[in-house]
Amino acid sequence: MSAILPPSQRLWWKQPIAAQEWAWIGIAFVWAMIMFVMMVYWHINGKQNLSNEVYKTTTEMFTAKTDAFVAENTIRTEVSLANPDLKIPVVKPNAKGEAFLLARLWSWYPILELEAGKTYKIHLSSVDYNHGFSLQPTNINIQVIPGYEHVVKMTPTKAGTYAIVCNEYCGIGHHTMLGRIYVK
Amino acid sequence: MATTYRTCPRTGLQFDLDADKLMRWNAVAGVLWLLVGGITALLVILTRWPAIKLLPADQFYLILTAHGIDMLILWIIFFEMAVLYFASSTLLRCRIATPWLGWVQFWLMVVGGIMTNVAIFQGGSSVMFTSYVPMQAAPHFYLGIILFAVGALIGTGVFFGTLVVAKREKTYVGSIPLVTFGAMTAAIIAVFTILCGAAILIPTFAWSMGWIKEIDAQLYRMVWWALGHSSQQINVAAHVSIWYLVAAVAFGAKPLSEKVSRFAFLLYILFLQLASAHHLLSDPGMSAEWKVLNTSYFMYFAVLASMIHGFTVPGAIEAAQRKKGFNNGLFEWLRKAPWGNPVFSGMFISLVGFGFVGGISGVVLGTEQINMLMHNTFYVPGHFHATVVVGTTLAFMSITYLLVPTLFRREMLFPKLCQIQPYLYGLSMIVLSLVMMGAGTLGVSRRHWDMAFSGAPFQYEWPGAAYLMMGLTGIFGVIAVVGGGLWIGLVVLSLLFGKKLDGGATHDKPVPIPDQTVAASASATGSEEHTNVPGTVVLAITLLTCFVLYYFVNWKYLSEVWGLS
Repeated sequence: MSAILPPSQRLWWKQPIAAQEWAWIGIAFVWAMIMFVMMVYWHINGKQNLSNEVYKTTTEMFTAKTDAFVAENTIRTEVSLANPDLKIPVVKPNAKGEAFLLARLWSWYPILELEAGKTYKIHLSSVDYNHGFSLQPTNINIQVIPGYEHVVKMTPTKAGTYAIVCNEYCGIGHHTMLGRIYVK
Repeated sequence: MATTYRTCPRTGLQFDLDADKLMRWNAVAGVLWLLVGGITALLVILTRWPAIKLLPADQFYLILTAHGIDMLILWIIFFEMAVLYFASSTLLRCRIATPWLGWVQFWLMVVGGIMTNVAIFQGGSSVMFTSYVPMQAAPHFYLGIILFAVGALIGTGVFFGTLVVAKREKTYVGSIPLVTFGAMTAAIIAVFTILCGAAILIPTFAWSMGWIKEIDAQLYRMVWWALGHSSQQINVAAHVSIWYLVAAVAFGAKPLSEKVSRFAFLLYILFLQLASAHHLLSDPGMSAEWKVLNTSYFMYFAVLASMIHGFTVPGAIEAAQRKKGFNNGLFEWLRKAPWGNPVFSGMFISLVGFGFVGGISGVVLGTEQINMLMHNTFYVPGHFHATVVVGTTLAFMSITYLLVPTLFRREMLFPKLCQIQPYLYGLSMIVLSLVMMGAGTLGVSRRHWDMAFSGAPFQYEWPGAAYLMMGLTGIFGVIAVVGGGLWIGLVVLSLLFGKKLDGGATHDKPVPIPDQTVAASASATGSEEHTNVPGTVVLAITLLTCFVLYYFVNWKYLSEVWGLS
């Protein structure tokens, strides 16, 4: 059987590596390190980092907190396009700059009204399935997971009407799950 | 029990007849699932094309679930089983270990695949490929995947067993060939992947039966993605092995350095499994430190490995071509490559598409902060159609043009169409990936039935460019389906009606490899003598330039969105 391969081919691990190949490995390694450092650098100097402030929660707890927040801070209501009987509260963050945004099948509750340039603490959670917070047209996307209350600090940059698209599949009514944020 | 080997007269490849049959059945099963996956692909495309919007919402989500499962799991893993048996038994000229276990693998995977599909098409399991809890599917949805995974695990066992047999019976000398080494990488990652799959799907099955009350939604996502992303890393290892195989069989190419190529595979084993983190970058449950370390595959060492393969594969081809005298200028070696041979053209499009489109977009998408621009948008399927479809599926298609004559002993029908197919499929799929990423960059969601949000409490109008991108997605998606369908048609017709070819002489033990054959180049070890590969250097620098530019453009985009902290 030893005739299958000539012996000269056996010692591949002793063959030296060509200069061009070494050079490419070096370049690729340096690039990998640059990319690694960029993420760390952005945590120090960048202005867009996802918050690490998270609490375990339950459907009941988060619903109660959101209801209390809506009851205290509603400034007006708006009628749903899909259902004329449904009045959706438009709510301003409280004096501490905190707001609650609840995801459920199939709505974002309530509508928030923010001011450009101010920083808010938005408490995000879902009370049923996974949902996706996709703020358009600015294009910020955050996963919303039941059982986890994610406190995200947001600083709107520009006035306007923003949509919250649900971009995590959540069942048959997924495409109707559209929320709203006003920035003044 | 006696083993019978046959030596293919055209390639010199030697097949243990048991392994031969297992490979053929696994490959055919894979192709049939690709057919189901392709039909569902067409329905998905025609629904997401805003001007057509074919299916109602419930059917769309059902079909999309089937498309994900049938393509990402059933087609690819069936074909990978054939690749594993080929890389072990055929390339090592060795009898396959425990062929009966191979049949257990095959039938478990068949039963599991059908069971999961039944669950999906019954309508109560439109939970998508990812089946995130607490959304629940029917119990047999999970059970089918579990059976399939057990089958695949047995298949990897047969592969490792065959390596042991080959070593013990000394059917090769020195080291296993690079292609087998790459397949072994895939098999090792597969074991890890399947164990993670068991760790999450068995409890989920129990939960769907009502035996467990609750599964934490975040924990599910973390463990599930150790199955979901790692299984794509099996594919990477498998298709990179096939790139090396094609370089060897089409050019007689040897790697520039065995050491470097094997070390790059080793990096895959060490770091690819961290990729689960890529899917959790915008999740609440993990800290930023965890995300930064893991999303980078521990400081991008697995990306480094792919960049190495991206250099050494074309480098090996260039070195082999220059040795044959194609020495003019930077690119004569590439111009004079056999572009009319679908084995080569498919592999090269796979290489370039995977590197330039899939690779770059994947690393950008997997950057902790930049992920927030793209998470769950249409960018994500755009990215993985460039990796899994252009990379893996096209590589598998191209090697099939070699396998049909040698393994199935049939001549390919319609050689002109065979020549066109990789271009039609590969190029349309690359454009499809790009326009999908374009739509995702504009924010369009993945897994979403209606861009117009009919029935929503508010209105939101996507920019016109997003509709344009989705329209192009429709057009190029349909072309890609035609290209994929053409491949299935060519393969199936050739298997049924192609000219029968001589299977070659049979022996009751392995015989030496004839010189100057496909078999000899595929199972050789050893590096190419040092030659300069300036063309490859230019290609690699071009890749790096695109990579750097696109990477920093995305940081610029990110710096313009709302402040987040």
